[in-house]
Amino acid sequence: MSKVHVETRINGERMEFLCEPQQSMLDVLRDNLRLTGTKEGCATGDCGACSVLLDGRLVCSCLMLAVESGGHELTTIEGVARGDELHPIQRKFLEHAALQCGICTPGFIVAAKALLDENPNPTEEEIRFYLAGNLCRCTGYDKIIRAVQDAAKTLRGEAA
Amino acid sequence: MSEAQDFKYIGRRVVRPDGVDKVTGRANFGADFALPGMLYGKVLRSPHAHARVKKIDVSAAAAMEGVYAIVTGADFPKVGSEEITGGEGAGDFADLATNVMARDKVVYHGHALAAVAAKSNAIVDAALSAIKVEYEVLKPVLDLDTAMADGAPLVNDKLFTAGLKEKPTRPSNVAAYMEFKRGDIDKGFAEAEVVVEGTFRTPTVHQGYIEPHACVATINQGGQATIWCCTQGHFDVRSMTCKVLNLNVADVRVIPSEIGGGFGGKTTIYLEPVAVMLSKKAGRPVKMTMTRDEVFRASGPASATKCTVKIGAKKDGTITSMHAWLAYEAGAYKGSSMAPGAMCIFAPYNVPNFLIQGYDVLVNKPKVAAYRAPGAPQSMYACESVLDDLARQLKMDPLDLRLKNAVSEGSVAAYGPKFNAIGFKQCLEAAKKHPNYKLKLGPNEGRGIAAGFWFNAGMQSSAEVHINENGTVTVVEGSPDIGGSRASMALMASEELGVPYENVRVLVADTESAGYNNVTGGSRVTFATGMAVIQASRDIIAQCKQRAAATWGIEADMVDWKDGQAIPKPGVNADVKPLTLAQIAANAGRTGGPLLGRASLNARGPGPGFSINMADVRVDPETGKVDVLRFTAIQDAGRAIHPSYVEGQMQGGAAQGLGWALNEEYVYDANGVLQNAGFLDYRMPVASDLPMIDTQIIEVPNPNHPYGVRGVGEVPIVAPLAAAANAVRDATGIRIHDLPLSPPRVLAALEARKG
Repeated sequence: MSKVHVETRINGERMEFLCEPQQSMLDVLRDNLRLTGTKEGCATGDCGACSVLLDGRLVCSCLMLAVESGGHELTTIEGVARGDELHPIQRKFLEHAALQCGICTPGFIVAAKALLDENPNPTEEEIRFYLAGNLCRCTGYDKIIRAVQDAAKTLRGEAA
Repeated sequence: MSEAQDFKYIGRRVVRPDGVDKVTGRANFGADFALPGMLYGKVLRSPHAHARVKKIDVSAAAAMEGVYAIVTGADFPKVGSEEITGGEGAGDFADLATNVMARDKVVYHGHALAAVAAKSNAIVDAALSAIKVEYEVLKPVLDLDTAMADGAPLVNDKLFTAGLKEKPTRPSNVAAYMEFKRGDIDKGFAEAEVVVEGTFRTPTVHQGYIEPHACVATINQGGQATIWCCTQGHFDVRSMTCKVLNLNVADVRVIPSEIGGGFGGKTTIYLEPVAVMLSKKAGRPVKMTMTRDEVFRASGPASATKCTVKIGAKKDGTITSMHAWLAYEAGAYKGSSMAPGAMCIFAPYNVPNFLIQGYDVLVNKPKVAAYRAPGAPQSMYACESVLDDLARQLKMDPLDLRLKNAVSEGSVAAYGPKFNAIGFKQCLEAAKKHPNYKLKLGPNEGRGIAAGFWFNAGMQSSAEVHINENGTVTVVEGSPDIGGSRASMALMASEELGVPYENVRVLVADTESAGYNNVTGGSRVTFATGMAVIQASRDIIAQCKQRAAATWGIEADMVDWKDGQAIPKPGVNADVKPLTLAQIAANAGRTGGPLLGRASLNARGPGPGFSINMADVRVDPETGKVDVLRFTAIQDAGRAIHPSYVEGQMQGGAAQGLGWALNEEYVYDANGVLQNAGFLDYRMPVASDLPMIDTQIIEVPNPNHPYGVRGVGEVPIVAPLAAAANAVRDATGIRIHDLPLSPPRVLAALEARKG
């Protein structure tokens, strides 16, 4: 099978890659581009560990073909920090101990960023439903929700 | 050591040392590793639950371009029977070997029987479908009742029940029987004024770690292998892989990656020996990663169980007799978590007469693995449900009933030893005082109480403490960090050495770089590996005192260590200035060489853990759906080194236990084919299913640890099953005995009452 040439932007950088037409975005990110921060938990769109932003919209990269990224802008966990400073969501995950094993963390941070970009002042219920596509088996979600609430507060400029 | 111990670092909610890498995607987990020239490997799995393998034809697959190696059972050495020790599960190396790769028979849907290594995943998949297997399909055994009945089809026709007084003459699916007793239960039931009994079933459930099993393996022509993998115990991966492949331990190096959850499920091996064999045949490194479907079908879930519990008591609540009959599915190979389940079931209570009988039973399902407090959630679900029914019959507060019979320091546990300082009564008292216990409930709402218990483990750990040239600290240990333990290790080293937490970094080193360590399991790491870190730090302090003494020209026993510096004891040469760790380190080359502290130990006296959980639920009468309104977890942690991560264990265990109680189950068809091998249909709790989970840490210090630590990781999953079930009973007035309490089951019970 001949490979397809794709031009896209990932984390603000122009990227080119060759991929097989049936390859998922997740596989290309991880295997071809070695951006392994995006995780595979199921490859069926049920766990959210592979969450990325496609033109700012939250998607499971396992459910997207790599060729579909052509001409679009992707943000992965590697692109969430602001230069050499952590994004407030990342900082709050650390301060609240909102991760135990850490495998779901990149997906949660990307999904939480999508939520807070869209809704800077979500209720607890809105956070819980927005993040319902991301599975965490370690934390029981309590500290994740609190970290997102606190990050939202910080991003709104209120004292944390 | 006392409760009034004054700590500078212990108990602080610091940011974990590995944190930044984990929130930025830099941390490398099992599937993130790659080597140049690496091939991709995958396993061919049985579509049948029980079948004889008559012929495997790999010729078409082998001829495909890009296929480098194919292995089947014929490529693996024969492994003799030998008990596996040291891990968290039970089992036999011969079974482990055939579980890794079947020989003449497949015994569950998903059993491995061949594997391919090729240039790409696409070629691997094509090659797997080109392998032709001829099966003679056999009748599967899929549940405990069938498996234990006379004349049942046999999963293994060479298996005879162990533990019976008389050696059986016929093979059986019952691999083992065990019993514990005290007094005379018949006499105890005769003395009782109220007797309550119930039979409870729990389904096969999975640990549900989000990271699938993964490894990269490479082996050279000299037989030296390196394995990178996600595991709870790389030393166990080494010993198990060596047994299965007949390799020399000296030739195998296992490098643990970060681990994306395990909960006991990553204390054994599946892919590692297969990847080594493929690498040997292909002459290249091979990477293997399970799909989620494979994780469900072919890694070890937790035992399905059937437990009958009978409890007799006086009208004042004094328990006179307890009887438990426990059957645990082992999967297709012996070794379920029945034994710990049997040992835990009555551990929280003082009872003059009890009998506990346990059965380890083979069925055509994957061999079970440890799952967080293995065995205890199932048996204690039955016991704590019957106690709830007993409290109702006695018209007694369920906490008071438990308080009346609770064990405390000096009590002899049902499983044998005498309890040291424990915090069960303190947890019960805290629950009674908790504001959540006093909240009013609305219509269709109910509250459930249950207790949890787990022994906790000690076992073998080693640690080194290296002092860098500027006085900063590197801790080298060998316990994979599955939930923030690096932070606890760093806090303990900071506390001992008196150096800032930020100056301590912790490395989880591989099998050739760290001393031996048992698995990250049994809630043992903060206790046992932590103790090794404390001892290694004290080794450093002793060395620093010597260096300071030599510098000052005094005896080492005239030197004290305080706040990170050596100081002369009062009355000694007053002209001497204190020497900081940094000063001693900078001068180390002139005073005897680098500062390296070491400790290795087999930690005794882990200190049992107790908990009380309180669940408030609302049951929708239209749909049978159970919503958790509030959940309160109270647990004795001995000493919380990092309270946030202790709370995290309590909250995570509560969520897993609630999943087990309310939704999770393996669904098999009549042929033993798993119907829900994915996260969509195996329904684990998501954020919108749960409320905030309230925690209260009780600290009754464990006298066997320098800071009082007792394990905290496993107890949290024990009580939620019964707490939720008792809450549903309270809300509906109906006792449903089987888990999960999923909407169809609850609705059926509500409908049945309507008639």
